[in-house]
Amino acid sequence: MPACPVVRRSALCRRKRMSLIEIKKLNKVYQSGEERVRALLDVDFTIERGEFVSMMGPSGSGKSTLLTILGGLNHPTQGEVLMDDIPIYKLSLEKLADFRREYLGFVFQSFQLIPYLTVIENVMLPLSITEKSSKEQVKMAQGILERMGLIGKEKRLPDQLSGGEQERVAISRALVNSPPILLADEPTGNLDSKTGKEVMELFKTLNKEGQTIVMVTHNPENMAFSTRTLFLKDGRVEKNGSKT
Amino acid sequence: MRLKDISINNLKRRKGKVFFLILGLTIGITTVVALISITRMMNEDIANKLDEFGANILILPRSDDLSLSYGGMSVGGVSVDAQTLMDSDVPKISRIEVSENIATISPKLIGTVETEGKKISLMGVRFEEELRLKRWWKIHGSEPRSRDEVLLGNEAAVRLFKSAGETLSINGKKVKVSGILEETGSQDDFLIFGDLAFVQETMKKPGGLSLIEVSAYCNTCPIEEIIIQISKQLPHAKVTAIKQTIETKMEALGHFKKFSVGISMIVLLIGSLIVFTNMMASVNERKREIGIFRAIGFRKSHIVRIIFLEALIVGLIAGIFGYILGLGISQIIGPMMTGMKGGKIMIDPLLAIGAIFLSSLIGILSSAYPAIHASKMDPTTALRSL
Repeated sequence: MPACPVVRRSALCRRKRMSLIEIKKLNKVYQSGEERVRALLDVDFTIERGEFVSMMGPSGSGKSTLLTILGGLNHPTQGEVLMDDIPIYKLSLEKLADFRREYLGFVFQSFQLIPYLTVIENVMLPLSITEKSSKEQVKMAQGILERMGLIGKEKRLPDQLSGGEQERVAISRALVNSPPILLADEPTGNLDSKTGKEVMELFKTLNKEGQTIVMVTHNPENMAFSTRTLFLKDGRVEKNGSKT
Repeated sequence: MRLKDISINNLKRRKGKVFFLILGLTIGITTVVALISITRMMNEDIANKLDEFGANILILPRSDDLSLSYGGMSVGGVSVDAQTLMDSDVPKISRIEVSENIATISPKLIGTVETEGKKISLMGVRFEEELRLKRWWKIHGSEPRSRDEVLLGNEAAVRLFKSAGETLSINGKKVKVSGILEETGSQDDFLIFGDLAFVQETMKKPGGLSLIEVSAYCNTCPIEEIIIQISKQLPHAKVTAIKQTIETKMEALGHFKKFSVGISMIVLLIGSLIVFTNMMASVNERKREIGIFRAIGFRKSHIVRIIFLEALIVGLIAGIFGYILGLGISQIIGPMMTGMKGGKIMIDPLLAIGAIFLSSLIGILSSAYPAIHASKMDPTTALRSL
């Protein structure tokens, strides 16, 4: 078995628990001048390995805040976030960065590709700060690009690709490091319905292969692709949808 | 892919802005290199001009005999031991190893003569050398052209009631007063200046000298070295540096150096500000990108490294261009300011390395705050769409 990465060694390699994500009494309050905005109120839920959870809710329901907290990017005001048994917000900021690199893959809304890097360079981005050799990086990136049907487009810049292709590059970047959790924010938000559906099919396939996915979406059609849906309203989990 | 690839690709993408960033820093480095080079040229030029302006080395016979004061220096052995220094010693001075540093050699013989019923000091000089050495002399009349012509110091002319064009009898020999020196405020005012050979003959000291004044370029070679070498050639003579003259010259050069350092500092400060504002703007423009980097697991140190690397690349390029341009400009402006002939380009590896190092250092120092600012950005603010 290959050596465990720094962060994973602490938990994943030590023991195996069923719940990959545990959220306990999560509260997030934003202070805006005199006004206190409670974005999340006593949120509790767990996500098991291999689940594909979609989070839905109207604007301002707190779903994006929840996603950033799950992504290790936004410190909660109260409560605990355990991922693979690691209380991630008790890690130092640098360790938290390492955690994100090793555990999480992000698919951002509107792709968020680096415009001056080619397709393959964008995919290799998370590997650029690892010890992996250039050869190894290229091999890993090629592997994932092949799966995403992007072979032959490695040297193109993002603006030379269609929206669907850019989305697949973003997914490739999120998955190149084989992270246990894939977080997606409105992955179909900038795509036409046909391409959006293709992307959701891809997510479904990935999930069937064992990839844990947490996705924020507005689109009720996307719900059908997930195994469970969390409905959020006014900062609370209104309905913890049943598994499909 | 490594972090450097991100830096390089980003610089390639922002060609226009990077061009102005490099240009700003290049102007700074160009100015510094040009100023340093021009200062060096001017230093050399000023030093040479100052060196030509009056003697800085005095050669006297080794003698404890009769002392005679000239120009504030004690001139020994005039009457008793006048043979210690001879005409034949003059060419020996030109034979020293650092002879290229010798500007003028002016041998002299001093004595007292009887003229028009008055005792007066007579100095034998080689007018060509003496006039080159004493550029401050203003002559009413003309310079002596033959050995029968003399120059009178201002006071001497008053005492002898003589003016230019009149004749004078020195130890019974008739000479023509070709000109009168304007008052100098020095001992020169009291002297009669005659041709060296004529004075040696008049005073019956063929080939004899009382002292030799030397003006040396001590800008590139320490004066001590010149003195040691002359002393070796003339073991029977006492060779001394006229310290006061040297110190005054060094002080003048010091002021000039301080001035150019001041200008360089101001220009560099402006260059640093250009890099700083440009880097700050670049960081603010790249908030989203930095947010992505942070979100996918880049540490703060990785962000700092990307920005420092960009600054270093900009600094290196600006350093190289700055050095080349600075050198070129100094070759054009330098000769105009100094009157020296340009043409030969002096490549100083130390200045080249210094310019590139300074440029890189400014690039990195000016980017330190923007880099730290970028690394501290909240990834969620940076990624507004999340």
